Amino acid sequence: MTSAIDFVYHEARLIDEKRFDEWYELFTDDALYWMPLTRDQPIGETHTSLFYEDKLLLKVRIERLRHPNAFSQQQPSFCQHVLQQPAVVESGEQQCVLRTPFLYAEAQLDQQIVLAGVAFHHLRSHAGQWKIQMKKIELLNRESALPSIQLLL
Amino acid sequence: MNRYADPASVRELVRPDRVHRDVYVDPAVFELEMRHLWRNAWIYVGHDSQVPKTGDFYSAQIGHEPVIMVRGNDSRVRVLPNRCAHKGTKLVSAQHGKCQGGLLRCPYHGWIYRLDGTLRSVPLKGGYDEAAQAEALHGIGELTSHNYRGFVFVRLAAQGSGFQEFFGDSLTSIDNMVDRSPEGRLEVASAPLRYMHDCNWKMYVENLNDAMHPMVAHESSAGTAKKLWDSSAPAAGAPKPMVIEQFTPFVNDYEFFEKMGVKVYPNGHSYTGVNFSIHSKYSSVGEYERRMFAAYGEERAKAILAEARHNTVYYPSLTIKGAIQTIRVARPLAVDKTVIESWTFRLVGAPEEMLARTATYSRLINAPTSMVGHDDLHCYRAMQEGLSSQSSDWVSLHRNYSAAEAESIAGVYGATNEAPMRGQYRAWVDLMTRSEDVQP
Repeated sequence: MTSAIDFVYHEARLIDEKRFDEWYELFTDDALYWMPLTRDQPIGETHTSLFYEDKLLLKVRIERLRHPNAFSQQQPSFCQHVLQQPAVVESGEQQCVLRTPFLYAEAQLDQQIVLAGVAFHHLRSHAGQWKIQMKKIELLNRESALPSIQLLL
Repeated sequence: MNRYADPASVRELVRPDRVHRDVYVDPAVFELEMRHLWRNAWIYVGHDSQVPKTGDFYSAQIGHEPVIMVRGNDSRVRVLPNRCAHKGTKLVSAQHGKCQGGLLRCPYHGWIYRLDGTLRSVPLKGGYDEAAQAEALHGIGELTSHNYRGFVFVRLAAQGSGFQEFFGDSLTSIDNMVDRSPEGRLEVASAPLRYMHDCNWKMYVENLNDAMHPMVAHESSAGTAKKLWDSSAPAAGAPKPMVIEQFTPFVNDYEFFEKMGVKVYPNGHSYTGVNFSIHSKYSSVGEYERRMFAAYGEERAKAILAEARHNTVYYPSLTIKGAIQTIRVARPLAVDKTVIESWTFRLVGAPEEMLARTATYSRLINAPTSMVGHDDLHCYRAMQEGLSSQSSDWVSLHRNYSAAEAESIAGVYGATNEAPMRGQYRAWVDLMTRSEDVQP
């Protein structure tokens, strides 16, 4: 089995290379991709989040990016993660949690935004492979008025 | 000298069925909007549940005016200028917080104000002779504000339309939103989503009652969601996930959007969804209905819930969706820069499931990460950039225009009519040219 740390690097690389179908397969069926809006925000849909996506919504997002009438992507965006080495903060036989500070740049023609944050990967072992049960992203400037964030952190 | 300083030149920018591109792209027009329109109109500041206790404050920027919404010792919520009477320093910088000791103290030279804006003390007051004490040492004053069922508005101009006169019957949309709480009370549920729009504020406001864009602009997001759900062959009777329920009506056909209807009021206000809306077919929540029936009686409760207005525009700053308890507030920063804040509300006394619906909608549609929002903003930006073209000076708002509007534009129309935008520009001219006595 790939080490959990390598898995986290691999996951970011799939996004940066827009290999979204492969990326989608990294998630368990009950997975959650979550970017809370506030600090110390409890999990759950009664709180407004920036992302709170199950696999259905992730699929919609991926399919939309390929849609010929995704007008905001007529000029495509590209992104680049720069990860600090992931640290294993919880580990067990079948699951572990990693904490990964990161920088994320998203570029679209003449515009580029740079975001910073910390990602938490909650991984579960599944048929000899790591799968993501939850990816939680704590954005540094989540109180800011943010521009469009069009790809995936 | 502002090239539009003469009110006659401002009037020239608006014709019955079109507007000059300068209203969106010229910084000189924007400057006048902040000086006149944004002061003459009633502007939304915040909700009183954001300041539940004496001394709680919330700060906001209304045009050029930094303001503080604060709850006083008498429990009244006031709006004060966020500007020290001494050197102009903002008294508070946090978005929200609590005034220490129930007083506002300037962080620079320690001038202290009471929560009603009057001056309490100044260090070494003897440095001012008697005449100067009378002239220079004064409070920050209280701005003209109105708290309507929790929604707090300010009118920066000292004189002008009264609150009821300005909003009239459009306030029924706020009524419906509040009445949807079994206790008749709303509470802000979360920090706002804040979405930076690099476009003119009016593009956002106009879009809220624009029923001709969803099926075009949102095909890639809502259309994809609908297609994925339909092709997943859900078992007969399987409940639609909430996100599918919320996405799919965006790609309803033109007939649907035409027939939902739009009601236009004087002073730029309007709402779409007179007959039904994209929110009408959300599955009902049994426990919520039970609590509503118990609170209001079945007949009245059903009438409240049957009213599912789409977007109400409280021109120029506030847009609300009473049917799902979200509001969006336009905070213009520059001619091509506007922050759109989305706030979610809890229906006090309703089950948490209702809040989940609200928060989900806000995230799906209004967040900087929203697939729907991305395409809306893309269109506004494309318009902002396209309007730099000198190939034509005019932007058409002609759809279903009728010369009979000259008398009054108030009325109910098919929702694909561009009457709401024409109504907004009618108000725009009025609020831009109404007074030269706007400075308090």
